[in-house]
Amino acid sequence: MTDFLPLIRSWPLQRLIRAYPLVDDFLLNLNLPALDGRKTLAAALLAVSGEQLAEFGLRAADLPEQLALFLETMTRETEAARAVERLSVLAGRDKSGNPEAAGVEIRAGEVVSIVGPTGSGKSRLLADIECLAQRDTPTGRQILINGAAVEDDDRFRLEGKIVAQLSQNMNFVMDLTVAEFLEMHARCRGEDAAAVRKCFECANTLAGEKFTAETKVTQLSGGQSRALMIADTAYMSKSPIVLIDEIENAGVDRREAIALLTRQEKIVLISTHDPLLALGADKRIVIRNGGIASVLTTTAEEKESLVTIEKIDRMMQIARDTLRGGGRVAIDRRAGAKVDNFLPP
Amino acid sequence: MKMVTVAGPPSSGKTSVILRLAADMPEKIGVVKFDCLTSFDRRRYEEAGVPVQIGFSGKFCPDHFFVNNIEGALQWGRRRQLDILLTESAGLCNRCSPHITGILGVCVVDCLSGVHTPRKIGPMLKLADVVVVTKGDIVSQAEREVFGMSIRQVNGRAQILYVNGITGQGAFMLGKKVLAAEDTLSLTDRRLRFTTPAAACSYCTGEIKIGENYQMGMMRKMEYD
Repeated sequence: MTDFLPLIRSWPLQRLIRAYPLVDDFLLNLNLPALDGRKTLAAALLAVSGEQLAEFGLRAADLPEQLALFLETMTRETEAARAVERLSVLAGRDKSGNPEAAGVEIRAGEVVSIVGPTGSGKSRLLADIECLAQRDTPTGRQILINGAAVEDDDRFRLEGKIVAQLSQNMNFVMDLTVAEFLEMHARCRGEDAAAVRKCFECANTLAGEKFTAETKVTQLSGGQSRALMIADTAYMSKSPIVLIDEIENAGVDRREAIALLTRQEKIVLISTHDPLLALGADKRIVIRNGGIASVLTTTAEEKESLVTIEKIDRMMQIARDTLRGGGRVAIDRRAGAKVDNFLPP
Repeated sequence: MKMVTVAGPPSSGKTSVILRLAADMPEKIGVVKFDCLTSFDRRRYEEAGVPVQIGFSGKFCPDHFFVNNIEGALQWGRRRQLDILLTESAGLCNRCSPHITGILGVCVVDCLSGVHTPRKIGPMLKLADVVVVTKGDIVSQAEREVFGMSIRQVNGRAQILYVNGITGQGAFMLGKKVLAAEDTLSLTDRRLRFTTPAAACSYCTGEIKIGENYQMGMMRKMEYD
């Protein structure tokens, strides 16, 4: 890892900010936006009164070290989460204390769906993965990363880093346009303008209805929001594991969304009752009474039935688009035509 | 007995986080809540079977009130034979920092409060050992990450934990931090991590009129251009 302190001590501020844009945010944060960029941090701070720094509980002498600590923490947290090739869930117990039927192993680029009635324990499984349980949660499950147990120190370091979450309840709350929002996230992640462009384009291909970069994120429809969140997770987020808690049926290309995440070598777990997604996964975990009841590998026959389900889904899509456009929906009754072909008027 | 100071802006979810923690841990947990005027949380704690004491600072500075009563809080906890005592206080002027050297300091902030909030809170966040982020389940992952970075800028050292105050998800990891805290018998001679706000002026003693003639004592004037 870069040793930041010597750079902070020797480089002029403007060079430091060019190399690490986060430095700018850091200074802004301490109410120090107007420092002389031609000087080093320590030299520039001579122009600031000690009283102003004391308001933040700081001394000028400590600031270079504090900046180094911030840059190191940000870098370390980004690196720590990389390189998860294999995630294993070792079986624990169900709600009645009986051993679970099976554990499960998932590799980077694989999709696993989780099915089971409401309240059966799907969230609990996602929670165990999120906190990297080590036989110390109520289920007694153990999570291995690349085949190895995870020490408590690493669990705390990886907190919030290893798992990205997407759920139907999530909204955008920032008062920003799509472009501003993506730029902000890119800066926080050390990504460049190319990532912002890619993310925006991809979100627009996933969304049923297109949107512009000048749209406020809070004004996006449910489908558009979800499309933007998925594209952002794929291109900006460093988290190697993505937990998805249902995605809307309307307004977003669900299969393409999942394919996008797996192309980025993410491990994708998706809690869903949507046949298209459940059968599109490589495996599905069946949850009953708080425990894993079985792990089913999607069979060839199921993949085949997926073709029919996709057709129905497309039909629904055509009907939806037609209605949205003010048209009428009709069934194709010509000789030899199948009933599952809606006729766009 | 272990002691933890929990601070955070009003409505950030301090009480919910503490209740989730209490539900998750077999240890005997009690709470001393420092508030200003009213508190509606007594019943929430009592319903959960968590012993609670509530102190109102009223017309006194909430920070000074906190410091003057904190040793008493610790001794109450010991008399009640608690395993863990949590103190809860709102940083009403966004400057309050109830954290004490050698005592685990937790700051609770919520994602909905805006991405710049961590920059506005000051020492209560900057000097915390653990920053608990609540309401993360209803904002986008990206906003959560930006929020996390905002916290990092203010406090590069703290452990950031995401806790859902409704389902309790994440409280388990907070419990691990609490259990690792030192046992404490007394706070006398310990130090606050940050000075409390200073004021010894005419308004401290009940003056309510505005104007130069009424301003006496220690005060600070703004410079307008």
